[in-house]
Amino acid sequence: MLNSKRHGTLAAVVVMTAAALAVTSCSSNEPAKNTAASGGSASEPVTITVQTFGGGANFGYKKAVETWNASHPNIQIKHENPTDRFEDVFLPQLLQRLQAGSGAADVVGIDEGAMGLMKARPQFFADLAEYGLDKRKSDFPAAKWENGINKDGKLFALGTDIGGMAMCYRKDLFEKAGLPGERDEVTKLWPDWTTFMEVGKKFQAANPGKSDPKFLDGPNTLYNVLLSQEAPKNGNVNYFDKNNQLILESNPAVKTAFETVKTFSQAGMTAKLASFTPPWNAALKKGGFAVMGCPAWMVGVIKDNSGPGNAGKWDVAGVPGGAGNWGGSYLAITKQSKHPKEAAEVLNYLTGKEGHVMAFQEANAFPSSIPAQEDPAVKDLKSDYFNNAPTGQIFGESVKGLLPVFLGEKHAQVKTSVEKVLEGMDQGSIPYDQAWQKFVEAGVKAAG
Amino acid sequence: MTLHVDTPAPARPRAPRRSPGHRGSGRGGGLARFDLRATPYFLVSPYFLLFAVFGVFPLGYTLWVSLYDWELAGDKSFIGFDNYISLITDAAFWNAVVNTLAMFVISTVPQLVLALILANALNKRIRGRLFFRLGVLLPMITSVVAVAVVFTQLYGRDYGMINWFLGLFGVDAINWQNESWTAWIAISTMVDWRWTGYNAIILLAAMQTIPKDLYEAAALDGASAQRQFWQITIPMLRPTIIFIVFISTIGGLTLFTEPVLFDGNPTMAGGATGQYQTVAMFIVKEAFRDFDFGYAAAAAWLLFALILIGTLINYSFTRRIGGNK
Repeated sequence: MLNSKRHGTLAAVVVMTAAALAVTSCSSNEPAKNTAASGGSASEPVTITVQTFGGGANFGYKKAVETWNASHPNIQIKHENPTDRFEDVFLPQLLQRLQAGSGAADVVGIDEGAMGLMKARPQFFADLAEYGLDKRKSDFPAAKWENGINKDGKLFALGTDIGGMAMCYRKDLFEKAGLPGERDEVTKLWPDWTTFMEVGKKFQAANPGKSDPKFLDGPNTLYNVLLSQEAPKNGNVNYFDKNNQLILESNPAVKTAFETVKTFSQAGMTAKLASFTPPWNAALKKGGFAVMGCPAWMVGVIKDNSGPGNAGKWDVAGVPGGAGNWGGSYLAITKQSKHPKEAAEVLNYLTGKEGHVMAFQEANAFPSSIPAQEDPAVKDLKSDYFNNAPTGQIFGESVKGLLPVFLGEKHAQVKTSVEKVLEGMDQGSIPYDQAWQKFVEAGVKAAG
Repeated sequence: MTLHVDTPAPARPRAPRRSPGHRGSGRGGGLARFDLRATPYFLVSPYFLLFAVFGVFPLGYTLWVSLYDWELAGDKSFIGFDNYISLITDAAFWNAVVNTLAMFVISTVPQLVLALILANALNKRIRGRLFFRLGVLLPMITSVVAVAVVFTQLYGRDYGMINWFLGLFGVDAINWQNESWTAWIAISTMVDWRWTGYNAIILLAAMQTIPKDLYEAAALDGASAQRQFWQITIPMLRPTIIFIVFISTIGGLTLFTEPVLFDGNPTMAGGATGQYQTVAMFIVKEAFRDFDFGYAAAAAWLLFALILIGTLINYSFTRRIGGNK
């Protein structure tokens, strides 16, 4: 009893680990149990586990799964979404289960950022061509298709959503600051980043107080928008070249994105918030900032975090500086799956036109599938939360002519580390004149 | 060795067999003797089996992993002590060590002093003594995650209560996560809030074992209450103080949950430049964020060594308490 004292902290760690293990074992046992039960005869239903990530409506598969399960008594989908965080929760767990050889779901979601890592580990995933999914090539833009081919040249993943790019802004705050509020006028206001800066100056001049809203949320969203636009201008690479060599320091795309973020931060236009943190969520709710870089999936994030009280206050406008893509995900079948054939059918359905359209309606996950993009249900969709903004049309425009950007094996680690430096610079723990050096150092360390 | 264990209980049922005839048959007696010798081992074995599985094995396996360049779900190759060598020259590791030690000192010293004062107060005849004694234990039964989440909100930059309160006195909003020392203070308060009462109760229990006649004799000799405290209470508490210092050292050096939750998201970075990244966080970051298992295992062993050293240093300090005054 006595020595449980400080073991409390220890115990907390142990409990957390145990909880993590429990979660692992629960989710790992269930599919195993089901597969064992269904192994006997073909008439018994096969359960295919699909594991995704993301907050709120995440992949938007609720309706799609219900629809499938209703019409396929022999193949039942079990959809799980264990966490809203990919890089630091979902990915490490997935890797551990892949290495352990059991516990991973039949179909797993993979964020774009980790595709480099997964491409380098072909031993863990099924070859989709064996199940005829290589015929789907014409359904996807080249950018999305090529990223699903691993280092052995095998197709292992098909695209779900695609980010695209727009700007979400608070219409009410814009009008209060004497700026136009209509989305077309706002889009015209900022054809490029120089004019965007001017708008920011005007906004900030109208909001000089300490507790007044800031123009931007923080460095992360702006940086990702910029990098997604700059990478295609510089050989379609960002942190790594196509031989997986770190080019962080020499790639002008990274430097340009960094410098632009620095300018906005120095001008005092950011609310100094790191994205996807509790204070950031709180500021979304309380109107702490007016503009944010906005890929399609971000629309869902804003809606969930701002809450119903802010319905109609947000709107979506075009992005300064042209098209780009931030984020988007893939589905793959693990090699440990006991029913790869059925899993392939499920994957085919979820990444097909029908699955894509339902996911878009549910979670604003913009389809990477071309037939789905052209479907009127996508093209003409308007978001009532965003003042009836025609999100289908806005994001559809932004993904036209998108080029495949190469992401290295350690892209996710480098991205996390360098963005931490941006946050530190914005919040003042790293002086502006040392920030680039720290940025490079952090990237080199994470890549090593 | 086994004979030191209390044997009467197992021996008693065997009593009817004490007849010489039975003993002569040998076999039954041998079995009884085997039973007598083996049972105690059998009865204590669950602990050692669990310890072997969850204690010794991970310890050994970690050592083995630490000698490899081991990537999660990737390649591994034997590199000997290279992980340890690069750790010793890794500024990020030492930054984590400094943070851990700083938070250990900032949290533990006031915590133990406060616990001692609290225990002394609770040992006096005060009204509602039971209420206060139970009250100081309350934080103990709160989930550490809940504590960290609530405190992190209190320390929020924009909408936190502490900044609001400081704002009443014209202090600018502090970004508690931004500087090392502000983060250290914030995290230390979480630790203290949770553990001070617990230490106080342990010290109180120890205080109550001190014979009353010592105080009576001292009072007769004219010793003040303060003098009684320093000359009688503290020296008599020495074994207990050593115990809580040990436990606090181990807990403080493995600090994890509070700083992780203070960060807002589980990247394990402990702030933009690692302002409050502890060694435990460093280990998890290397293993499960950067997927470098070998490096993390080596860091875990260095933390183990660090705790041993820390405990020894603290022991050499505390054993002198109330020594030869």
